[in-house]
Amino acid sequence: MANHTIAETITIPYLEEKGLLSWLTSTDHKRISIMYLLSISTFFVLAGISALLLRFELLMPGKTIVDAHTYNVLFTFHGAVMVFLFIVPGLAASFGNFLIPLMIGARDVAFPRLNLMSYWIYLLGALIILISLSKPADTGWTFYTPYSIRTGTDVILLTFGIFVLGFSSILTGLNFIVTIHKLRAPGMTWHRLPLFIWASYATAILQVLATPVIAISLLLLIAERVFGIGFFDPAKGGDPILFQHFFWFYSHPAVYIMIIPAMGVISEVIPVFSRKPIFGYKAIAYSSLAIALISFFVWAHHMFVSGMSEVAATIFSFLTFLVAIPTAIKVFNWTATLYKGSIDLKSPMLYALSFIFLFTIGGLTGVFLGALAADVHLHDTYFVVAHMHYVMIGGTIMGFFAALHFWYPKMTGKMFNEKVAKIAWAFVFIGFNVTFFPQFILGTQGMPRRYADYPPQFHSLNELSSIGSWILGIGMFVMAINLLRGLFNGEKAPQNPFNSLSLEWQVPSPPPHENFEEIPHVTDWTYGYGKKSA
Amino acid sequence: MDTKAHADETINHITPYRIYVLVWVTLMVLTVISVGVSYFHFGIFNIVVALAVASVKASLVALYFMHLKYEDKITWVFALYPLGLLALLIGLSISDVFFRAVVSP
Amino acid sequence: MEGVEKIEHVHGHHVDPVVEYQSLKFGMWLFIATELLLFGGLFAAYTIFRAKFPEMFAEQHLELNKTLGALNTAVLILSSLTMALGVTSIQRGKPKRLALFLLLTILLGLAFGVNKYFEYSAKFHHHIYPGTSIFFSLYFTMTGLHMLHVFAGMALLTTMLVLTLRGRFSDKYYTPVEVSGLYWHLVDLIWIYLFPLLYLIA
Repeated sequence: MANHTIAETITIPYLEEKGLLSWLTSTDHKRISIMYLLSISTFFVLAGISALLLRFELLMPGKTIVDAHTYNVLFTFHGAVMVFLFIVPGLAASFGNFLIPLMIGARDVAFPRLNLMSYWIYLLGALIILISLSKPADTGWTFYTPYSIRTGTDVILLTFGIFVLGFSSILTGLNFIVTIHKLRAPGMTWHRLPLFIWASYATAILQVLATPVIAISLLLLIAERVFGIGFFDPAKGGDPILFQHFFWFYSHPAVYIMIIPAMGVISEVIPVFSRKPIFGYKAIAYSSLAIALISFFVWAHHMFVSGMSEVAATIFSFLTFLVAIPTAIKVFNWTATLYKGSIDLKSPMLYALSFIFLFTIGGLTGVFLGALAADVHLHDTYFVVAHMHYVMIGGTIMGFFAALHFWYPKMTGKMFNEKVAKIAWAFVFIGFNVTFFPQFILGTQGMPRRYADYPPQFHSLNELSSIGSWILGIGMFVMAINLLRGLFNGEKAPQNPFNSLSLEWQVPSPPPHENFEEIPHVTDWTYGYGKKSA
Repeated sequence: MDTKAHADETINHITPYRIYVLVWVTLMVLTVISVGVSYFHFGIFNIVVALAVASVKASLVALYFMHLKYEDKITWVFALYPLGLLALLIGLSISDVFFRAVVSP
Repeated sequence: MEGVEKIEHVHGHHVDPVVEYQSLKFGMWLFIATELLLFGGLFAAYTIFRAKFPEMFAEQHLELNKTLGALNTAVLILSSLTMALGVTSIQRGKPKRLALFLLLTILLGLAFGVNKYFEYSAKFHHHIYPGTSIFFSLYFTMTGLHMLHVFAGMALLTTMLVLTLRGRFSDKYYTPVEVSGLYWHLVDLIWIYLFPLLYLIA
């Protein structure tokens, strides 16, 4: 880079320079975004394979392929990697990095080198977690005490890796907040910002303010194992449930770190493919902030059967219902945007619509679980597993896939095969529902989660679920092949293939290094579809 | 670099040495007070006084040493919001820890 | 530190110095928010355990040396003063004076550390370790984590000192100094609470 003049760097596409080192040392937010995207996708595949193994074990009662301990290790790996290496950094670090500067009309994030450092820290954390696999932990991704204090497996390395990842998450969030505050182009007022930016802003607040609490709880867990400090050990006067409080004080807001960026993606995709202005812009924008605020009040609904006091359980159950309101506001406004739109069912839109449908199921079943009385019965059954996956896959990952197909032409400068993308979507959608819907039923019938085995009466539904996981796997495989093929054989992408009005589509595909030849002056919001020529 | 010089005059406040020394003297006096109070026994009021004095000291450090007094609203929001969250963490944890039914073994 | 070289950095053209100054300061305040919540977990644990075991806290805190604690408080508050005076010096265009104040601040940080070292060794000598009781676990984790922050702050200020001696700062450019100062004051701020909570329990 250093050899080019400034005028040149503005016109060179960001993908031009080759060589691993030029990537690993680049402070260009778009390159960092691509590195995150590749890293998280790798971990997604690894954790996905472990999920397929888990489902294979559950295909039949009794031992199918792995023993109980290996099963425990596998679901710990699946959970920890999916949560901490894929879905938490996921959309925020990959698409957030790519889109925030482009969408607000800036040349980069506020602290480009800090941004690169965050990525390195992420890699370091990932490396530590992979090393911990030599003696893999079997605690589940929640590390509940006192078991996590006593198990002989390597909890310390795994939790330390997650502690390091937390740093990366905090620094990324900090960078984004400052960027959104200080680097908006002239005329880009708060109420003209794309909704993805509002979503990223809310997410970043959660990253900055919730992550330190899990950092300290994991540090205390490590200190508990090394020094025996006793905070979580009842034998020393400690309180194991205190760990759960600390853990969920982060991990519930973390659920929104995972989902809010996906909601931002949906708010971008829906108006483009309905050719209508987004309905209820301010309601969607402020509901993101509301979720960020309220999500701090509800953490202990994960702990209704942990032996928590009834007073606390009642308070938390009540507070939990509040968080449904801003979520429902969003779903309402998306649906209203669709109404009487000229809907174009391209692959990003298919995933966006799947998001609305599946996330609504995930959210509504969450209301059952938030209700204290119902949760006492459903807690730690497959109902919870199904609910969580409807929110995480049906929500976040559908949003991730929507983003992947929507911004693929911008990021790569190439087009993928739309027909194959639709076929892949059909497999993913059907496979997902066949996998996880039966688990709602299994849960209400009382099948507990986290066991390698089950009584024979649960066999047929489990079999169905395992078959579904294969359909889902095939769908994702086809999608991956299609997107990879596009890189090499795809047609060259035009600047704005989907006729979006947002700023990132007003620069070439792929964008040049410094994004804009001249910083744009913004005079209107980005959702004026159907009125202008667009 | 001219813009920077200009910026400093308009956006940045220079606190005179005198003010800092004054704040420091106050902080030292408050420290002596809190140590002194700890030698008397007022029951619950010991901790109330100790925390009140600490909070006054912390506010002085934040307002003057850290220039919070001259910062914009959004900085205030992000400086105070964590304190609200901390109160929430402590308050709601207590709603559990001290209201658990006693289960006889 | 971010921003030191931002002005000549190729990708940094998008940031003009005023925006850079505001961004860096705002960024540090966000980081301070993070730090407050990191310690927040410990303060929450403290509150709960102190309410649960009032006698243990009342009794065992007597093992702590109130005089050493008070001395360290004075040292840290004084270091905050020297830091603040340093910022004013450079704002008035006196880099040599800034260097002197930075050096004083670092030395005071070092004095704090030495003091803490004697305090810890005295505890170990009496066979008091983290894990001896909930109170001492809290004492060691809270002061230990704080000590780590003192070290981090000292490293940061040493960098600033080197840059000052190299003539990097003037009344036109001192953003990194002011922002590092913010971090140092945070370290002081946390100690202001740790001292009465651990040493001054009646």
